[in-house]
Amino acid sequence: MVSIQLHTPLGDEILSLKAGDRIELSGLVYTARDEAHLRMQKEGIPFDPEGAVIYHCGPVVKDDRIVAAGPTTSARMNALSGFLLDKGARALIGKGGMGSTVKKQLRGRGVYFAFTGGCAALAASHMTLKGVHFPDLGMAEAVWVIELDRLPLVVGIDSAGNDLFSAVQENAKKIFCAEQKKECV
Amino acid sequence: MQCRGPEDLRAALADATCRAMRDAVITLPPDVKRAIEKATARETSAVARGEYGNIAQNILAAERLGVPLCQDTGVPVVYLTLPPSVPYSQALFDAVADGIRRATQEIPLRPNVVDPLTRHNSGDNTGAGMPAVHVRPGEKFTVTVLPKGAGAENVSQVVMLLPSQKEKIAEIVAGTMLIAEGRPCPPVVLGVGIGGTFDSVTALAKEALLQPIDRMTDFEQQLCDAVNRLGIGPMGLGGSTTALAVKVKTAACHTASLPVAVNVQCWANRHATVEVEW
Repeated sequence: MVSIQLHTPLGDEILSLKAGDRIELSGLVYTARDEAHLRMQKEGIPFDPEGAVIYHCGPVVKDDRIVAAGPTTSARMNALSGFLLDKGARALIGKGGMGSTVKKQLRGRGVYFAFTGGCAALAASHMTLKGVHFPDLGMAEAVWVIELDRLPLVVGIDSAGNDLFSAVQENAKKIFCAEQKKECV
Repeated sequence: MQCRGPEDLRAALADATCRAMRDAVITLPPDVKRAIEKATARETSAVARGEYGNIAQNILAAERLGVPLCQDTGVPVVYLTLPPSVPYSQALFDAVADGIRRATQEIPLRPNVVDPLTRHNSGDNTGAGMPAVHVRPGEKFTVTVLPKGAGAENVSQVVMLLPSQKEKIAEIVAGTMLIAEGRPCPPVVLGVGIGGTFDSVTALAKEALLQPIDRMTDFEQQLCDAVNRLGIGPMGLGGSTTALAVKVKTAACHTASLPVAVNVQCWANRHATVEVEW
């Protein structure tokens, strides 16, 4: 299967992406976890958010080099992502999917890319470190500016609200409830 | 024959701990690689196959570059076996902590260990009770490390069943993954402890993760099939394999109890054993 090539900053080209599409992303992305989101809400976004891509990741960095940088669980940022999309960010990268609020916030303007959890060495081999914001938050929580070279991702939630994760979850629940003879809520 | 003192022991065990940690975070055990290859071969979903493609490339990249498979290099869980010639003393615990500090600097590992309430990070992956060290008698002097990531640890469960509820074990095992969804980075390995006491059943569940995962008993296979029927698949994106394996470890328990613990482990079921040269 041939992957769709995308380059940051992203624009309206992402609106045609469908959940399940495989893409390769190049260009600058910004890491942010819980602490960085809270800091940006308070002090402002330290990079140009227009077309930006946020990567839910706390990397291992040594001697100004990315050593390992796989995704962290995106759901922790469910309540923290709206302001970035409001300011023009077009995509979030992480693992495990995001809640219904974010799905709504992405409608008509952005997408959620899933990157394979645990694939930190593969990620690092597609990355060059370009800078850092909020280094006082520590290695895992700082905002690292990273240049990607064709990082392989899959569209987990598209801008029309299609969501691979919630479809899988609903199906799993149905099967579990049937097998255990439980009432499905 | 040279007399070897406690300082030599501390250096030798620290060195072995550091080497075991390096091995564990960079190279997956062969049985885990085989289980992932088998799951890849039987997967039909295109999205899931893409995930396995990334996993296979990541395993190769980590070995080629000599860097950790995953940036969550976990908290250090360590098992020692001591032959009669090795004295049980505080020196063993100090030596393991030395080895973890060195590993954190040299490999490097992400400093993950914090105080539970102040959340202050020690910066070197040690702290009160951490590394978690388990000691038992053995024929050889060995150190086994099992770096445990938070994504999978956080969705683990312990339940005190009643003796009449044996049939509920499968429900608890499958139910753990239903709640966990993609968060623990499936396809997972599930360590299931059955029996013992409230505290020891969780230790059994974790130790079960050290067993070879490319063979299962009929009971383990049944539990594994129940999990895989959920279709959660790699990363919660859907697919035929949600658990690479379920491994069970049991201990005798009170006639009125049936403790069950499920320790969830991500696809990177990292562990390594090194013999201490002392």
